[in-house]
Amino acid sequence: MPVAYSQGFTPHPKISYASAAPTGVASEAEYLEIGLCEEVDPAELRIALDAALSPGLDILDAVVAGPGSLADRIDASRWRIELPGVDPAVLRHAVSAFLAAPEVPVERMTKQGRRVFDARGAVVSIDVISTTEAPSEVEGVPCAILEVVVRQVTPSVRPDDVLSGLRVVADLAPPVPPRATRLAQGTLTAQGEIVDPLEADRDGAAIGER
Amino acid sequence: MSVASAAARRSAAMTVWPQLEPLLPQVSKPIQYVGGELGAVVKDWDSAAVRWALMYPDAYEVGLPNQGVQILYEVLNELPDVLAERTYAVWPDLERLMRAHGVPQFTVEAHRPVGAFDLLGVSFATELGYTNLLTALDLAGIPLLAVDRTEAHPVVLAGGHAAFNPEPIADFLDAAVLGDGEEAVLEITDIVRAWKEEGRPGGRDELLLRLARTESVYVPRFYDVDYLPDGRIRRVAPNRPDVPFRVHKRTTMDLDAWPYPKKPLVPLAETVHERYAVEIFRGCTRGCRFCQAGMITRPVRERSITTVGQMVQQGLEYSGFSEVGLLSLSSADHSEIGDICSGLAERYAGTNVSLSLPSTRVDAFNIELAQELSRNGRRTGLTFAPEGGSERIRRVINKMVSEEDLIRTVVTAYTNGWRQVKLYFMCGLPTETDEDVLQIARLAHEVIKAGREATGSKDIRCTVSIGAFVPKPHTPFQWAAMERPEVIDNRLKLLKQAINADRSLGRAIGFRYHDGEPSLIEGLLSRGDRRVGAVIRKVWENGGRFDGWSEHFSFQRWVEAAAEVLPQFGVDLDWYTVREREQTEVLPWDHLDSGLDKDWLWQDWQDALAEYEQDDCRWTPCFDCGVCPSMDTEIQVGPTGRKLLPLTPVRGLRMPATSSR
Repeated sequence: MPVAYSQGFTPHPKISYASAAPTGVASEAEYLEIGLCEEVDPAELRIALDAALSPGLDILDAVVAGPGSLADRIDASRWRIELPGVDPAVLRHAVSAFLAAPEVPVERMTKQGRRVFDARGAVVSIDVISTTEAPSEVEGVPCAILEVVVRQVTPSVRPDDVLSGLRVVADLAPPVPPRATRLAQGTLTAQGEIVDPLEADRDGAAIGER
Repeated sequence: MSVASAAARRSAAMTVWPQLEPLLPQVSKPIQYVGGELGAVVKDWDSAAVRWALMYPDAYEVGLPNQGVQILYEVLNELPDVLAERTYAVWPDLERLMRAHGVPQFTVEAHRPVGAFDLLGVSFATELGYTNLLTALDLAGIPLLAVDRTEAHPVVLAGGHAAFNPEPIADFLDAAVLGDGEEAVLEITDIVRAWKEEGRPGGRDELLLRLARTESVYVPRFYDVDYLPDGRIRRVAPNRPDVPFRVHKRTTMDLDAWPYPKKPLVPLAETVHERYAVEIFRGCTRGCRFCQAGMITRPVRERSITTVGQMVQQGLEYSGFSEVGLLSLSSADHSEIGDICSGLAERYAGTNVSLSLPSTRVDAFNIELAQELSRNGRRTGLTFAPEGGSERIRRVINKMVSEEDLIRTVVTAYTNGWRQVKLYFMCGLPTETDEDVLQIARLAHEVIKAGREATGSKDIRCTVSIGAFVPKPHTPFQWAAMERPEVIDNRLKLLKQAINADRSLGRAIGFRYHDGEPSLIEGLLSRGDRRVGAVIRKVWENGGRFDGWSEHFSFQRWVEAAAEVLPQFGVDLDWYTVREREQTEVLPWDHLDSGLDKDWLWQDWQDALAEYEQDDCRWTPCFDCGVCPSMDTEIQVGPTGRKLLPLTPVRGLRMPATSSR
């Protein structure tokens, strides 16, 4: 890729990640901006980049960036959290308590040390999904599934913070580590939907595999 | 092997990923256990005839860039019916979780259990990885003692420089290979393949015997060690017919025929070196008497300028690295190093590719090279290694550089724009006195004074970095006594005071050093015999892990373990470390042949004590170290007279050769 480099003593490739997922979660929707020093066909760029990346890191789409930064177009994420060994009824009860609370203070170690912040305010919606299909690689135990829409705030509220919140309000303690997957991120509409941040640059014409 | 156990073995070879994945959010830097690097190879388990697990027994961040493992990984995976995967030492946080959840030691590519492979090859660059070997074996479900293993377990094989004396870990190993690995792994693969195809006749014993018969694979169990009443070794001899009395090292000749790595691994996690590394030559005959690498890798074999150029071009194209390291034991000694540096600098001018030349000598030519390599880049730091502080001690160690040369070289660096120079020394060398070490302070003061005068600037710095000397097998210093840690630590304290005695000069001098204690243990392990294995095991049982890391290393644990297990043999920690050996003593590695004639090594040791220097055989007549005739090898050096031609710049996207996944 003809990637552009920053000027200065130690030139770095111009790559910036918008609200990257935390360590230890899965994601179907990550976005990054790359500065290039010459024009290329986005469809070809997608193929070239995809070929260089590890299996499981798939480049789905690339567009030429219009005005404005990517970060400005991302203000919320939708997460799916699988909780193997948790009874959906128990989870529903915990979620009701969480929704009823005006504030849910949780604690997390950050680089600056231990911080306490509210996990409730950033949560736009939180639902227990009823599904008949068994989630991946989990057999023989009940498995409750949460779908959560969380606004980008500082400090960010991550899936593990929401789970901490459920422990705070209802003593929910999953017997095995839950699995979180980011399903989407983008601009939050008044209806609570998330709009793909690349939509505005796509010019109506689909590029790539979508 | 019965059908049932074969099936069990196959199912055991399935991935442990579902068990491992839930543990990863609970450990630090989980990305190091995930695999998926560019350059990683995942093959079908069932269609592989021979399966290797390659281990570097340290953390992923240190192990991944290891050149030896990368080369063998690629050489093996190029064979269609051979599968090679990598495994590294897991940190104690993951080790605890793996034990709690019954997850075995795994490879990073396909997360297969290490215990299911045919061979586990472990590369030991340093002896401080021995406890990590035991952790890996234990986690893999492989019995620690080789005698307890059955056909169901991998053959555990050691390589790397420490394998030139594998005696301290002999009980834990099935075999060891001395020297270059490229051809050795192919030969071992052929033997394992044939034995498996024949239906594993004679079981594990027969396989090990076939390996031993090559005369270049050492199988410790086929040798018995007898001791004298005073604790010294009486003799080491084969305990069965048809195994050789001595095992010989391997030497890969014609490096141009082995241009690896071609497809270097590009890590997703942060590692200690992120660069494309190409060996420009192997071996060194400078003859520094402390340097095991220089002694055991003889003779010098250069890679041609043409191959170096091709490897750099292809390696960068494949990997996308922006740094190139031109590696060897003394890189400025390549017969065409000037043309290599200027040719590469020319080729990559105006790009973000930076070139580095580690391991250089102390002379002005070296600065010309450094200038060439930093043409349009930074001039941050240059490193020189005079190794010894006084002229006297430099004669003892055969590091021929005069004080005048050293100061002139460093000043040239300052006047050419370098602001920071690092000087590397050793402490604890044979015959060393406090005075020899204090000379380092005087030298550093002179360097700063001369540098300030020449540049008219106070903005120059020098860092003095001190490593502790550890006597190594197959070197002229293999007979030497080590200095006690308290003596070393005191010398370093005196040195620090001497550096800071002049406040103005002292401010411009940085001082870095290591304590003497870890080096004493490295000394125990490097010159130990089979009895030291019990110490390693005891330390490991008491929690010893990652001994190369100061935050994990516990001197106390080693001292206590040695005091507990060695007295039964009539020896102790001092006996292995601070005791000088006599000429007639049988050394634990005498039956392992590095090609060096023991009489020549003894003579060189006597020359060291007499402060008599030895020239380099590349430029002066052969001095009969013994390697070339005994190994049937020869010096391979240029010049070829060729130059590097400019590359056609590649613009735009580089599309994959095959269609995308």
